[in-house]
Amino acid sequence: MGLLLIISAVTYAIFFLVPRAAGVSSDDIAGRFAGKQPDAVTLAAIKDRFGFDDPVPVQYGKFIKGIVVGDTYDTGTDKIDCPAPCMGYSFRTNQSVTEQIVDRAPITFMIALGAAVLWVIAGVSIGVLSALRRGTIIDRAAMAVALAGVSLPVFFTGLLSLAFVVHKWQLLPSVNYSDIGDNPFNLILPWICLAFLYAALYARLTRAGMLETMNEDFIRTARAKGLPERTVVFKHGLRATLTPIMTVFGLDVGLLLGGAIITEKTFSIPGLGQLALDGVYQSDLPVVLGATLTAALFIVLANLVVDILYGVVDPRVRHS
Amino acid sequence: MTAPIEVSGSEAEAQPDAVLAGMERKAIQGRSLGQIAWLRLKRDKVALSGGAFVLLLIFLSLPGVTGLVAGWLGSPPNDFHQNLIDPTLGGPLEPLGGISAEHIFGLEPINGRDLFSRVLYGARVSLLIGVLATMVSVVIGTVMGITAGYFGGWVDTLIARTMDVFLAFPLVLFAISLVGVIPRDLFGLTGNNLRIAILVFIIGFFNWPYIGRIIRGQTMSLREREFVDAARSMGARNSTILFKEILPNLVAPVLVYATLLIPTNILFEAALSFLGVGINPPDPSWGGMLSQATELYSVAPHFVIVPGLAIFVTVLAFNLFGDGLRDALDPRAR
Repeated sequence: MGLLLIISAVTYAIFFLVPRAAGVSSDDIAGRFAGKQPDAVTLAAIKDRFGFDDPVPVQYGKFIKGIVVGDTYDTGTDKIDCPAPCMGYSFRTNQSVTEQIVDRAPITFMIALGAAVLWVIAGVSIGVLSALRRGTIIDRAAMAVALAGVSLPVFFTGLLSLAFVVHKWQLLPSVNYSDIGDNPFNLILPWICLAFLYAALYARLTRAGMLETMNEDFIRTARAKGLPERTVVFKHGLRATLTPIMTVFGLDVGLLLGGAIITEKTFSIPGLGQLALDGVYQSDLPVVLGATLTAALFIVLANLVVDILYGVVDPRVRHS
Repeated sequence: MTAPIEVSGSEAEAQPDAVLAGMERKAIQGRSLGQIAWLRLKRDKVALSGGAFVLLLIFLSLPGVTGLVAGWLGSPPNDFHQNLIDPTLGGPLEPLGGISAEHIFGLEPINGRDLFSRVLYGARVSLLIGVLATMVSVVIGTVMGITAGYFGGWVDTLIARTMDVFLAFPLVLFAISLVGVIPRDLFGLTGNNLRIAILVFIIGFFNWPYIGRIIRGQTMSLREREFVDAARSMGARNSTILFKEILPNLVAPVLVYATLLIPTNILFEAALSFLGVGINPPDPSWGGMLSQATELYSVAPHFVIVPGLAIFVTVLAFNLFGDGLRDALDPRAR
């Protein structure tokens, strides 16, 4: 919760302090809220309504209040109701930001979670295999691929697969990602591209962690007890290795849930990342602000879930 | 990765080095840690080839050299060659993306600009931002890491918490929105110079915790070592211990992680340019070219491959060299 407050405060402060420090007037900011060519009435109403001439802390207080109890925007001609959690109202699309985020969230969830399942299974199993077969040709090949993998950004692998797999060789149908709902497996290409990058990272992490864990005393004890090697590796070794990896996993999934920006842009998928990106392109500040805050919220939530899972996976946490 | 990257010091693969270094120390005179590291690095051919590629790239990015090489092997990055482009589809007329003796990496679709010189000029921007942003991160990260690790207590708690917040920040989202609100001229800088300054600041300022965490951990363990106790018992002040005892021991990890942070930052810059908030056209950047390629990959697949491979090879070279450097400077490090 503290983390969330800090992040929202920082985002808010920067959005409003930076333009001011650079000499942008509150008229300009109001204009950005309104859209490209607002009339004078709208502009004045927005300025008054949002209190752009108020000190930044007061503005921030109003923003937080809107999230907790909702808000009503008076544009001069009519009143727009924005129920809690109100993250602002976009005068450019005439939609509340919360509404837009709720619209876009499902597809981003599908991208992030589908890819996460793939990369955890692939990354961790490759990492464990590499660690157990250290120095063999399997290990070397896997680590060579993994090093290449962490050097391949999604916007390269994604475009490459679109150009060849979809367009040239036509192995997969060309998908219009805007109506993805009917068949989630249309997302197979984004999943693979995103998962490949992360699987490479996780394979390296798992291998390093596993090598370290298998040298620990408790592994020797487990072996000395005469436990079968499979039990030693999976119940004792892997569990301890997974704890630090879960921390990273929480951060990564949280980040992606808030918008898989690069993947969405590469494949033109209308998710949360695309929403934020459009907000930036069109200077639609309420949308950008809401999207950033949502992203921060998901990171905090994902970390919370990981903290709870710690106890399940690692007995050392449960007993302390 | 063929080199043993996760080998502990007592393990078999690291031993020949240690034995070798020990024997040579007797045969010749003493060897400094740097000399021993260099001996190890020299034997790691993969890391060396990565380093060689990085050096070549740096040389090609020097002012004066870029233009000369681009003029010699290609044509100026903003010269149009629309006579070589298919006017209906937009792709190059010749097969293989219009690769020829004049245009060794082929032609950009639509305008027909020379891809070789655009990739070359793009390298310059990528390297500049990658290296400068890393410097920013290293300075902030080292100062914060040492302070937290050495003084401990509430200072440590504060800095460690701050690092957690930074690491949990939706960075790409934040970067694109910040670039979005920044005006056209600031601090006397305009155009792409301002863009580069902002990108360096954002990337550098938000990546310092990666270095900071490592330095903090190292400082914490160095603080307990005997030589620090010895210095303190001789009455050395905190500043003396920090600068004369601890800092010199941190040079190796800082060097290693700075080398490994540069490729991350290059990828970050490419991603931001890809999202349209990096370097502005017509100046070439790798990410910017891929951004254009999202519309053109069907008529000109080479327009994806050429800048993409440039990113891949550069990042890989830095990673290979960084991994090798880590193994050479500290064989026990993971």
